Amino acid sequence: MRFSPEILRIDVETQIRSIAAAIQSQVHEILRRRGAVVAVSGGIDSATCAALCTAALGKDRVLALFLPERDSSTTSLELAKQLAESLDIPCITEPVGEILQAAGCYARQDEAIKMALPEYESGWKFKITLPSLFSGDRLNVPRLTVLTNSGEVLTRRMPAHAYLQLVAATNFKQRVRTMVAYYHADRLNYAVCGTPNRLEYDQGFFVKGGDGLADFKPIAHLYKTQVYAVAGALGVPREIVRRTPTTETYSLPQTQEEFYFALPYEKLDLCLYGLNHNVPAAEVALAIDQPAENVERVYRDIETKRRTTLPLHLHSLLKEPVPELESQKSSLVQRGAKG
Amino acid sequence: MKREVIVETTTDFIRKNFLFDDKVNLGECDSLLGAGILDSTGVLELIAFLELTYGVSFKDEELVAENFDSIAKIAGFVSGKIGNPVG
Repeated sequence: MRFSPEILRIDVETQIRSIAAAIQSQVHEILRRRGAVVAVSGGIDSATCAALCTAALGKDRVLALFLPERDSSTTSLELAKQLAESLDIPCITEPVGEILQAAGCYARQDEAIKMALPEYESGWKFKITLPSLFSGDRLNVPRLTVLTNSGEVLTRRMPAHAYLQLVAATNFKQRVRTMVAYYHADRLNYAVCGTPNRLEYDQGFFVKGGDGLADFKPIAHLYKTQVYAVAGALGVPREIVRRTPTTETYSLPQTQEEFYFALPYEKLDLCLYGLNHNVPAAEVALAIDQPAENVERVYRDIETKRRTTLPLHLHSLLKEPVPELESQKSSLVQRGAKG
Repeated sequence: MKREVIVETTTDFIRKNFLFDDKVNLGECDSLLGAGILDSTGVLELIAFLELTYGVSFKDEELVAENFDSIAKIAGFVSGKIGNPVG
């Protein structure tokens, strides 16, 4: 069979039943929790996770959390509320801007930007972008784009220390959201649902101790294309399904493509599948209408990101194993899998 | 400046900042990106180091693997820049 987007087609109903069974087993039998907290952003992944948790645990055992801050769009909040309404699940809005302000998130961001752009003024909007993978053999050098109050767009390459500080300060957002999610999970004896899809999980597109921290991650095995298929079958509102994936991390609107993946998800999904299944770059190239050398470049980029972000997946490293706990952990997981 | 000096200085910088181990072999032609020695932050740090050390500046279109993927390529490219600072 010729390699094509069809390769990612799944039996959606079977997939939903299988994920729901896994969520029930993981939440009740392994984690011993009553329900699940899902931080709902207004995007496709968290919407799909909330819908799956609702199918698995029941609508009275899922809490949707909305965690807006200064740079969140009002559209996102509206869509998140629309989702909770359509699923008929309880929801709480917890603005996290004041916690972020107190932690110095915004001030530290401003300080970092001024290192690259001394004329920057607090309140100007900004984002970080990467060059497209199809624009030649460009290195993955992040660039800062700033929109001044007069509408002028300024772009700069950032010094390494400024870039690292900007990312570190911004990571407060994901970590504070996770902290608030765990507050509600602890209060209700619920588990926290993580919402990465396969691309994000595989490519390390998460913050350790932030959105990377969760008790279970029910769609981490699904390609983004498959997440859309599952979302459609679960009745996720069309406005969410149609929306371009965004990061909502910086104050200027930014797609995930320009921030991290450097390629539309439909094409990246096929490249990731091709790499995972040893499909020659030339075959994938035909399916995504690109020269083979571009696919080879994407293969290299996937492998590089996978390798360089691998430490994000590690739990705390111990000097020596504690075998008593390890054996109990494995038997707990095995019991849950059988249940 | 001699190409050998650039090779030595760059190798030393990469060893100290990205390899953390003097015993690891690092050949002039080894791929820094392919071997995972440099990630995007590493590239930024390397660029800043080269610009500061050799008083050169790189244009965006010059930031390609062909110029930075190995110590040999870096040395060749930086030598050219020093010899022709406008280009």
